[in-house]
Amino acid sequence: MPTVSVKRDLLFEALGQKYTDEEFDELCFEFGLELDEITSEKEILIREQGGEKAEGASDVVLYKIDVPANRYDLLCLEGLVRGLQVFKEKLEAPRYKRVSPADGGEPQRLVITEETASVRPHAVAAVLRNITFTQERYESFIELQEKLHQNICRKRTLVAIGTHDLDTISGPFTYTAKPPGEIRFKPLSQSREYTAAELMSLYKTDSHLRHYLHIIENEPLYPIIYDSNGIVLSMPPIINGDHSKISLNTKNIFIECTATDLTKVNRFTLIITVCLFVCFNTFFILFRVEEAEVVYPDGRLSVYPELAYRTETLSGDFINKRVGINESAESIAQLLTRMCLRSEVSGEGDLIQVEIPPTRADVIHACDIMEDAAIAYGFNNIVRSTPRTYTVANQLPVNKLTELLRQDLTAAGFTEALTFALCSEEDIADKLRKNITETRAVHISNPKTADFQVARTSLLPGLLKTIAANRKMPLPLKLFEISDVVLKDETKDVGARNNRRLCAVYYNKSPGFEVIHGLLDRVMQLLDVKPGRNQGYHIQAAEDSTFFPGRCAEIFSCGKSIGHLGVLHPDVISRFELTMPCSAIDIDIEPFL
Amino acid sequence: MADTGLLEALLRLLEKVDGGIDSQDVAADLGVDHQLIVGAVKSLQALGEVISAEQKSSKRWELTGEGREIAEQGSHEARVFNAIPDEGLPQNELMKMPSGKVGFSKAMSNKWIRLDKAHEGGPRVFKTVETIEDTVRDKLQLVQKGLSAKLEDKEKNELKKRKLLSEVTVKSYWITKGSSFSTTITKQETELTPEMIASGSWKEKKFKPYNFEAMGVAADCGHLHPLMKVRTQFRQIFLEMGFTEMPTNNFIESSFWNFDSLFQPQQHPARDQHDTFFISDPALAHEFPQDYLERVKQVHSEGGYGSQGYKYDWKIEEAQKNLLRTHTTAVSARMLYKLAQQKFTPVKYFSIDRVFRNETLDATHLAEFHQIEGVVADYGLTLGNLMGILHQFFTKLGLKKWVEVGNSGVFRPEMLLPMGLPEGVSVIAWGLSLERPTMIKYGINNIRELVGHKVNLQMVYDSPICRLDS
Repeated sequence: MPTVSVKRDLLFEALGQKYTDEEFDELCFEFGLELDEITSEKEILIREQGGEKAEGASDVVLYKIDVPANRYDLLCLEGLVRGLQVFKEKLEAPRYKRVSPADGGEPQRLVITEETASVRPHAVAAVLRNITFTQERYESFIELQEKLHQNICRKRTLVAIGTHDLDTISGPFTYTAKPPGEIRFKPLSQSREYTAAELMSLYKTDSHLRHYLHIIENEPLYPIIYDSNGIVLSMPPIINGDHSKISLNTKNIFIECTATDLTKVNRFTLIITVCLFVCFNTFFILFRVEEAEVVYPDGRLSVYPELAYRTETLSGDFINKRVGINESAESIAQLLTRMCLRSEVSGEGDLIQVEIPPTRADVIHACDIMEDAAIAYGFNNIVRSTPRTYTVANQLPVNKLTELLRQDLTAAGFTEALTFALCSEEDIADKLRKNITETRAVHISNPKTADFQVARTSLLPGLLKTIAANRKMPLPLKLFEISDVVLKDETKDVGARNNRRLCAVYYNKSPGFEVIHGLLDRVMQLLDVKPGRNQGYHIQAAEDSTFFPGRCAEIFSCGKSIGHLGVLHPDVISRFELTMPCSAIDIDIEPFL
Repeated sequence: MADTGLLEALLRLLEKVDGGIDSQDVAADLGVDHQLIVGAVKSLQALGEVISAEQKSSKRWELTGEGREIAEQGSHEARVFNAIPDEGLPQNELMKMPSGKVGFSKAMSNKWIRLDKAHEGGPRVFKTVETIEDTVRDKLQLVQKGLSAKLEDKEKNELKKRKLLSEVTVKSYWITKGSSFSTTITKQETELTPEMIASGSWKEKKFKPYNFEAMGVAADCGHLHPLMKVRTQFRQIFLEMGFTEMPTNNFIESSFWNFDSLFQPQQHPARDQHDTFFISDPALAHEFPQDYLERVKQVHSEGGYGSQGYKYDWKIEEAQKNLLRTHTTAVSARMLYKLAQQKFTPVKYFSIDRVFRNETLDATHLAEFHQIEGVVADYGLTLGNLMGILHQFFTKLGLKKWVEVGNSGVFRPEMLLPMGLPEGVSVIAWGLSLERPTMIKYGINNIRELVGHKVNLQMVYDSPICRLDS
């Protein structure tokens, strides 16, 4: 969930009303938002960097508000205020409109060359006219652009937005790609020109920009946008040129968005950007945006932004039944309108026509409309009721058996450990004196550390690591775990399956094979399996590299091998940083289901 | 136990006094070492209310080694005086005496002797008085007898300065008669024995009192892990509410069931390498219900079932990628698909099992945790039903403020209809982690103190039973 930080007093001024913190928290809740924190720049600095750094910082009250991930239209003070005013029926929902240049001239044009194909082949554009900034609105504008970059643009990997003072540049604009050595311009906040190659090394230490360098760093060509006089607008997705930067005096804005992939999501980004920026328009009640043309390398020409409205028709009954309320179609239409989904009753039965604005790409089904109706109705106003669904409960047999065995293993004096299902290759192979290929282990392709290389194929490493972390505890240590290991299995759709295992270890000054053997006898007694060769269980000397030679036996139940028990090999003990002899049992409990 | 004779001697002394008696005085009276008396006091205390004894400390004057020598043999000056015959003694000879130097100057200043330097044959010492009074020795002997109180402070300090006396702190007991005082000792039994029960002799015996302040011997038993105890309670709650347990024993899942079947688009950030553990071996799932897969592909890429869809190029290659499931909802999807293949009957399902996230680890996040999930499928379920069932669930948990620990919602038609579930069926679901409520319940701040091999086993040994609603 993105968080918007707004100055409380500015917010109240824009809303034309003052609230107590509690009242505003309540309003947020009603509107489906959450007032996450009440703070100030000073408080944040004190918390993050200590009292000294905070000296002189502003103590203006800030509200930090959590906004649902689908409501990009609420990501700035202006958008939030508009949303709340519509919700409180003080304003009408905005209706965005694309217009031709007011002077009757040609629209601005952005020409994409074929060189961009290898690095960042898509771009769209639009123009905003008659903007008036104040210091606060200017800051809000810059912050909003950053919020969009972080959220919908996925840290600029999908889309990068550039905004420019249109009066400092002249079209048509060219979007192309060049070798870094051939790009040279003065970037934002710098006093001289740099080549693109120099910029990349300059920004290596920039706390903000260094996070974006990887997006184009290893490309032979870098994307770049020029105006008709060769002035650099931006080098997306890294930095804009200084020449066209937005200032407090900017009146007209040229917006370009570049992207790696022109999916619906990316086109939507431009729409969102434009619609949000429109609220900085002087006459923002009009919600107008001036069109721009984009010419593709193949000669195709598109006009942006696409501000498509769509109408959905649904019945009041549908909403009532899904939410569990009983409202008239008229009142449901009113609820939806308050959520910026202009709605009216069509006159046929209880059908409601709902207009979906271009900013709400998340509304793709009637159920999304139902959700907004429920928010506007107020979740707290919906009467809770118990479904009449009659069912009989069943336990999963393997879990039922596990629950019963766990109880009795503690009664037998063993303590339950809870260890990780993921571990390193070393844990399940080298440390147990096994070859990784014989483990049938499932391997993880993208572990951040060695601790997550494989899914465990044995519970033993986890238990031994638990003992290693508890060497100061009085001896003997008697531990067990009944949980799943994961093994490759060709017969399953995903090529792997879980296997429920019981593993126990005894750690003391003497190996205590008889203790572990006694535990096996007890477990078999609990499972109602008698000692015996055919129908019962028995153990038989075996060689297993994890165990000390001559001190290991294989366990058979009803003639089938179910696991091993024995004294651990001294190398296993030392590889887990242990010092005492240790015996262990490891069995599959699934045969007993 | 100290020797009975000593105990009885002590008791007889105590009988004679009004009030009490100091153990130091007892030691002096009986002529034994004080430590033996201390042992006797402790033995008597163990017998019950025979005596009561209070520890005290006091300051006392004691002779130093040199002081004791003087108390026995006389002061140095007296010894010098006594060594001089009437005809006098050559000074150099006198100085050879052990007490010579100190004794000579002291005797001179006491004017007991005189030195004739001009005597022929060298300087010679003569007595000047007939008899002397050795006051130093007398005073020291008083102290030795325990009568230091008869000396004035000034005198004692003078002797202390001469290193003949020292002031020591003495620990002793102030002994008084107890409520069951007697001068004879009855031996107390420590424990009841089978013989006593058989013979009935326990009736005449006195038993040594127990120390109820001490801890008992730790029970010799195993212990369940606290998180697993909480899991048991959650299972119990679901079973009480009529929910059937889902088979979640499959950590490896395909992207298809983990994401695509849930109508999660293939570009969703949750499907990034940063958030999900993908599997390199076995890398791909190879078996899907084909016609269902086609319907999933269609609803993603083109829409349908009343939906606009996401309008992108859905790729089977993306759906095939194996991963460690990021939620148990992958299993719910499998179960709902299975349900849709039969004649529909309403179901309530639950599961509590491990899920995996390739996240940055911190005090509250690990790469794996347990997800608790509840699912209800029936005709005509409403948001009001979801809220009602959540209310019941969290009331059983004893959690009043539950908003922050979980997520809940209604499954989208784009997920349910391609499975083949009937149009009017709604599925409501909620989920939360097992670790979070456990940490809140037990006041644990760092998840590593609860889960994994680094936990302190003492915590496991000491953790109480889990009753969620109390």
